[in-house]
Amino acid sequence: MSLARHQGGGVVVLTFIGAFALAIVPLPESLEIYRPEWVTLALIYWTMALPARVGVAIGWVIGLLLDVLRDTLLGQYALALALVAFLTLHLHQRLRVFPLWQQAMGVFVLVMLQGLVVIWIKGLIGQSPGLWAVIAPALASALIWPAVYLYLRHLRRRYQVA
Amino acid sequence: MTLDQRTEAIQQVRAGLSVLVYPLQYAVNIPAQLLDRAGESLTSRQRLQEENEALRRENAALRSQLQKLTFIETENRQLRELLQSAKRVGDRVLIAELLAVDLDPYRKAVVINKGSHDDSLYPGQPLVDAYGVMGKLIHVNPWSSTAMLITDPNHALPVQVARNGLRAIAVGIGTEDQLELQHLPNNADVRKGDLLVTSGLGCVFPAGYPVGKVTRVEINPRLPFARIVVAPSAHLTRSREVLLVWPGQSERPGDPCAFGKPRDDT
Repeated sequence: MSLARHQGGGVVVLTFIGAFALAIVPLPESLEIYRPEWVTLALIYWTMALPARVGVAIGWVIGLLLDVLRDTLLGQYALALALVAFLTLHLHQRLRVFPLWQQAMGVFVLVMLQGLVVIWIKGLIGQSPGLWAVIAPALASALIWPAVYLYLRHLRRRYQVA
Repeated sequence: MTLDQRTEAIQQVRAGLSVLVYPLQYAVNIPAQLLDRAGESLTSRQRLQEENEALRRENAALRSQLQKLTFIETENRQLRELLQSAKRVGDRVLIAELLAVDLDPYRKAVVINKGSHDDSLYPGQPLVDAYGVMGKLIHVNPWSSTAMLITDPNHALPVQVARNGLRAIAVGIGTEDQLELQHLPNNADVRKGDLLVTSGLGCVFPAGYPVGKVTRVEINPRLPFARIVVAPSAHLTRSREVLLVWPGQSERPGDPCAFGKPRDDT
C-alpha cells in the first residue's frame, strides 16, 4: 500500500475514542438500556467506508478494549464485534448504495446480531438479561444511525480519510 | 473467554489493557467531578455555615456515642475472653471514590479510583459506604477496580436479622434498591422494618455491617417460601465516596475464615 492510502488514520482513532467515551458516559438508570451501541456504529461506518483498512482484526481489538472498559468477560465483545465487522465487510458494497433508512435497518440487524452473541455468551456463564436488553440498544442504534452516518461522512470528507 | 471465566491467568492481560482505557474512564468522570466542585464553590456562605454547624453537631453526637462504644468494645472483648471465643479485631479501611462511568447495562457494577497501585486490594474485598454494605470487588486493576453491587443478580450476601439473629441469604435481583431474602419459610420471624446486618458467614464480609431494612413480607400459602423484599441501606446510586474494608484477622487458630487473603475460588 502506498503512503497516500494511509491518510487520516488519526481521525478514525479519534472517532473510536469518542465512541468509547459515549459508551460509558453515565445515563439515568431508566435510559441506560436505550444507549445506542456507539462503538459498533463507528465500527460499521469505518468498515463500510474503508473496507481495505478497517476489518475483522480491528473489530476484534476494538471489542477487546470494550470488554475491558465494560468489565465483561474478556472476549465477549471481541467476538461479537469481529462478527459485525465480518458481515459489514461482506455487505459493504450493498450497504453503501442503500438509502439511509435501509442502511439503518441493516444496522439494526447487525447490532441485534451483536447483542445476540453477547446474550448467548452471558447465558452460558449464567447471567441472562431479557430479550428486550438486546432489542432496545439495536433500536436506538438504528434510530441514531442516520445522524452518525452523516456526521462521520462529513468528518471523512473534511479530513480526506481514505 | 473460557480462560477468563475459569482461571485467573487472563487477569494480567485485563489489568494491562485496563491501563489503556483508564484515561478514558478518568476523562468521562471529569464533567461529573466538575459539576460537584462547581456545586461546592457556588453554595452561598450562609449555607456553608449552616452545613458546618450541622456537621459540628453531628460530630459531637457521634463522638459521645463513640466514647460509649470504646467502653462497650472493651467490655465485649473481656466477655469474649471469658467465653474463650474468637476475638474480633478492628477492620482497616481505605476511602475510595466512585468514577461516574456506566459499565455493562445488564449488571450492577461500579468503578472505583483505587487499584493495586494504591494499596493491597484483592478480588472479593468488601466495599461499604457510610450507611451500609455496597458490594465487593471483582477485578483489581493497577489504578482502578470494579466492584459488583449487592443488587447484582449474581450477588448473594449472608445476612442475619439484627432483632433475633435469624440467618438468611440476601440476593440481588438486578433492580435498583431491592434485594430479596431467599428460602425463608412462611412462618419465619421476619417483620417489616427489621434491620439486616451481615452475618460474617461465607468469609467475605465481616460481621455486623448493616445491609438493609425489610420493606415487604409477602406470605402466600401456596408457595413454599415467603417473599421478603429488602431495601439496601447503602446509598448505592448516590454515594460518591466509598470505603474499602480489610476485615480484621480472626485470632482463633483454625478459624475457617482466613480474612485478608484472596481465596482461590473468587
